[in-house]
Amino acid sequence: MLGKNRFGRALVTACGLFIILLTVSIGTFLIIKGTGTFTKYHHTVWEFLFSADWAPLDTPGEGGGQVGAAIYICGSLLTCGLALLFVTPFCIAAAIFMTEISPKAGAKLLQPAVEIFVGIPSVVYGWIGLTVLVPFIRDVFHAKMGGYSVLAASIVLAVMIFPTITTVAADAIRGVPMDFRKAAYGLGSTRWQVISRVVVPAASQGIFTGVILGLARAFGEALAVAMVIGKTRAFPKGLLWPTNNLTAAIAADMGNSSNGGEQNLALWTMALLLFLISMLFIFLIHRVAKAGEKKHA
Amino acid sequence: MRNDERMKRRIARAKRADAAMTGVFYSVGGFFLLLLIVLAGYIITKGVLDFYPELLSFTRQGIGNQFFNTVYLVFLSLVISVPLGAAAGVYMAEYARPGKVTTFLRICIESLSSLPSIVVGLFGYLVFILMTGAKWNLMAGALAVSILSLPLITTTTEDALRSLPKGYKEGSMSLGATHWRTITKVMLPACLPRIITGVILAAGRGFGEAAALLYTAGQSTNINWSNWDITSPTCPLNPFRPGETLALHIWVMRTEGSLNPNSAAIANFSSAVLIIMVLGFSLLARMLTRRLNKKQGGLK
Repeated sequence: MLGKNRFGRALVTACGLFIILLTVSIGTFLIIKGTGTFTKYHHTVWEFLFSADWAPLDTPGEGGGQVGAAIYICGSLLTCGLALLFVTPFCIAAAIFMTEISPKAGAKLLQPAVEIFVGIPSVVYGWIGLTVLVPFIRDVFHAKMGGYSVLAASIVLAVMIFPTITTVAADAIRGVPMDFRKAAYGLGSTRWQVISRVVVPAASQGIFTGVILGLARAFGEALAVAMVIGKTRAFPKGLLWPTNNLTAAIAADMGNSSNGGEQNLALWTMALLLFLISMLFIFLIHRVAKAGEKKHA
Repeated sequence: MRNDERMKRRIARAKRADAAMTGVFYSVGGFFLLLLIVLAGYIITKGVLDFYPELLSFTRQGIGNQFFNTVYLVFLSLVISVPLGAAAGVYMAEYARPGKVTTFLRICIESLSSLPSIVVGLFGYLVFILMTGAKWNLMAGALAVSILSLPLITTTTEDALRSLPKGYKEGSMSLGATHWRTITKVMLPACLPRIITGVILAAGRGFGEAAALLYTAGQSTNINWSNWDITSPTCPLNPFRPGETLALHIWVMRTEGSLNPNSAAIANFSSAVLIIMVLGFSLLARMLTRRLNKKQGGLK
């Protein structure tokens, strides 16, 4: 009886430790593979991050190409930044609607809708972007490259991260103590004044966390963006121009590169960069949470 | 008097702003609802309009094989991730002592859950394909999807156990049951519906996963439905054969569109099937949650 007790404890502890092992090995493998560009082929970090010359060789053991990933990095930053810019005000408004304006309609209609939005596979978003958004942009804005553009990618990303930000923001707004609202209403504020001057500022930390989570999701999204961004290796000249980004480049080129070659390792370096960025987001969220605790204490 | 005037104007302005913003909020809420309905409606009607009977077949023109692969892959991944995740959740809720290791484990779970799926796919490609020397296979895909659903199942289990009323544990322990017996016979059964809801959500995510499968499960499939020798690479049940899933099929139809004249119709129909599956699964999860709430409400 007690033996089973001890065995059970050992079993679940092992599973917990396994998760640590798994995460650490993912990190380790990415670092080993990703730093190959710098150690094996002697490129500088500076070149990788800021040079726009991308012409790596694809023969294992043979270096000498260029691995500047600035176009991809810029593409990722630009599409994610724009997506956030488009969607954050809408998300906050939707979260306010769900919590402050009409909690009933929020719980019955918008909340389930948001949950369904989360569940729609990203490939389907990409496919819709490809069959609806891209032709639309081509015909309406007369985009040069057939509608494949930064704009299309940002809109697809914006729709994808909307549920993430809205859910977290709504939770944050719900978490604002009722007393705050009572006090503000007691002073004669209108509902909009209560929302804009009391509730939203009080929930700002949670809303910020939601924005970071949304950004993290946008950064890691691969196939939906790859379908609409056009995948041209050039800086975009405007919103209607195509470019490329980190995830799309990895998804498209990894299969064609020979293992251990310069191109292959450069793609791994991009994956490492994505990993580091997602770590950075987690770190940021923790910082925000900590700052919040300090403020309330 | 002039101050009164000014105050009145200020109040009127505040009221107008309030009414205007209320309108804005209603329209944003309505806009998103409309967007979802239009989006889902568009995908489903487009899939239905493009339907031709061959789509249901298990050939190159149909999506039968991809559908089977999807279900099989999600099943395999749940077989791996549910026991592991649930056990880790039990550890977090019941055994983990506050300290460095627990904090680190929590950070690990969080990192896993925020990893871009393409990065997980690359890790799977490296470890399950390159290092084992295997070809693309369903098992590698299932393992990659397991990595993605593991944190979700772990946190769901932990939350479910933590939110259980203290009485469950205390009652069982005071009857002389060991801690382990209390967990397996009392606590886990009591929070089973919540865990199942988490598993359904994880399954829904697995159905739509594509980026992690690109370089693990492979972008082709070849099944011979009369071959039931499980070691053969064309046997439907062999987990070590290439197994393109439905979500990946949409991607492949786009990139290899020129090779197949029906590619748009196939992608449209696949999208519709995926959306219907997602809707079904989220409905199922909702029903379970509602039933659970009723049950717990009844106890009070």
